Amino acid sequence: MHYETDRGPVKAVDGVSFTVNRGERFGMVGESGCGKSTIAMTILQLLRDPARIVTGRILFDGVDLLRLSERDLRRLRWRSISLVPQGAMNALNPVARVRDQIGDAIVVHDSEVSPRLLSERIVDLLSAVGLPERTAELFPHELSGGMKQRVCIAMAIALNPRLIIADEPTSALDVVVQRVVAQTLSEAVERLGASLILIGHDMGLQAQLVDRLVVMYAGRVAEIGSVREIFKAPTHPYTQMLIASLPSLRERRRLRTIPGLPPALLDAPPGCLFHPRCRHAGQVCSRVVPELRSVNGSAHVAACHLFEEIAGR
Amino acid sequence: MTALLEVREVTKRFGGGLFDKRQLTALERFSLTVPSDRAIVTAVAGESGSGKTTLARLILGILSPTEGQILFKGRDLRHMTGGERREFRRQVQAIFQDPYEVYNPFYRVDHVFDMVIGNFGLASGPEEAKQLKSEAVEVVGLRPDDVLGKFPHELSGGQRQRVMVARAFLARPRLIVADEPVSMVDASLRALILDVMLHLRDDYGISFLYITHDLSTAFQVSDDICILYQGTVAEVGPISGPIREPKHPYTQLLVGSIPLPDPDDTWQGRVDLPPDDRWSSADVGCRYRARCPFAMPHCAEASPPLYEVGANHFASCYLYEGRPEFATVAVVAT
Repeated sequence: MHYETDRGPVKAVDGVSFTVNRGERFGMVGESGCGKSTIAMTILQLLRDPARIVTGRILFDGVDLLRLSERDLRRLRWRSISLVPQGAMNALNPVARVRDQIGDAIVVHDSEVSPRLLSERIVDLLSAVGLPERTAELFPHELSGGMKQRVCIAMAIALNPRLIIADEPTSALDVVVQRVVAQTLSEAVERLGASLILIGHDMGLQAQLVDRLVVMYAGRVAEIGSVREIFKAPTHPYTQMLIASLPSLRERRRLRTIPGLPPALLDAPPGCLFHPRCRHAGQVCSRVVPELRSVNGSAHVAACHLFEEIAGR
Repeated sequence: MTALLEVREVTKRFGGGLFDKRQLTALERFSLTVPSDRAIVTAVAGESGSGKTTLARLILGILSPTEGQILFKGRDLRHMTGGERREFRRQVQAIFQDPYEVYNPFYRVDHVFDMVIGNFGLASGPEEAKQLKSEAVEVVGLRPDDVLGKFPHELSGGQRQRVMVARAFLARPRLIVADEPVSMVDASLRALILDVMLHLRDDYGISFLYITHDLSTAFQVSDDICILYQGTVAEVGPISGPIREPKHPYTQLLVGSIPLPDPDDTWQGRVDLPPDDRWSSADVGCRYRARCPFAMPHCAEASPPLYEVGANHFASCYLYEGRPEFATVAVVAT
């Protein structure tokens, strides 16, 4: 996915491939600007100019979403793939009751539903996200941040989708509220038997919630592995530094920092995009773009020329 | 010895107008001491509505206490002369959460430095001003050429936040009040900015009041911590006390809710959303009792004092009744 600009294309997402299995909770992490949210918008094809999908395929149950008509896409969005967008709770309509907001999300995609069934469905959805029935009659300003975010989750699961994409669903919430909302989301996904793509930069939250995750760097995949592989045996130097920069509660130590900044994508360096910040970088790193390679023949993959050597050091 | 800053049993209430007598107590009988003979980082942690931002504003002199006193080098903020007030404003600086809001997009980054230099007459000429700016920028790990002379939009988020730290440093303060300085940045930048804080503490003798909702970063950088709950001190002590051995049920909930970056150490049990009713001056008893799994009839009758639960470690909870008790405890570095 490129953004066309006067100064040439910005490769916001460049050659990214990953698979999300049925019923799996899949995390997507990386610094701001690494392409996480862009991937979500690409899957749903909610991109606007100057964004352009250049090549690739997005297979959902074997169907390439990039070849569907806008009409078919519209049927698929929300019914099959739903989104909890970033800052969703601030996007609730301030002058509509919770009942009507959830109701609209259902009616737009399923106009046949009877008013009585709709009412029952709304109450069911609210209880699925742990909100009392009376919440339906309230306006967004009468809800706390955690309650608003749960309403957004209720809307996302309203049509029993098979995939839910949640973009930073708990940012700007207090730690206890964050925990409640995260667990609500996780349980809702499990009850539906749906898959989840959890986008966020909070590594702690990912460790708590997902089964597998992809680490993105500057629009490319750095590493994909199970949550244990990524946290216990990070292989790409970027993932290693990211893990080392996290504060722990076990020991007090100076946090490792990652020197330098992510590259400007208009003026990206040749070879591995991380090499200017990597302390292991060798000559090959500044010349050749690394492919994703398997770590020890497993499904754990990393895009680094030197990971065997680094592990041996 | 006179402390650098002393907050003495400060209470701040809002509201209570002619028609509505109910007042919101944002902070109640809060005490804190920042020593003058050494630099420390004191964390003040709590959720939204805990009173932590009210405390920051009281200390910066933006708000006045309803009761109690705030003393800077022994002088009450309310009774300072013009000269003393200027000196106070130089020696106590602030860093805020959102590095985007502080900049005027039409001025170069230098403007935020020039204002400080001008306000406090720090430089005798443009040459000296330039030198001060370069120095301040280097202290926070930036290259002067990368930021000076640029417009705010040309800087990255991490550069912008570090420039804010550099601006605070420029006046060579004794204390920096940092209100959620890293809550809007990525993990690697967060580590970088916290590292700068420790560098300023250790090498320039600058104390910090680190106001945050993030207990794990507080644990990494702070010497002491005070956990606020709806304007009252729930627990206070040297950093490892409340974090490693939390005694107050609220602190236990907070520590247990931190999403640890370890898939083998996941959240245990279930929690509920907190009730969103605010405390008014008419209410009595422990403010946490509505959420507390250990609540006793006792808790509704009077608010608990602070009980000594360890070395310099205090918790405001009747579970520890019988231990030595105190009406108020100043957060003091040990």
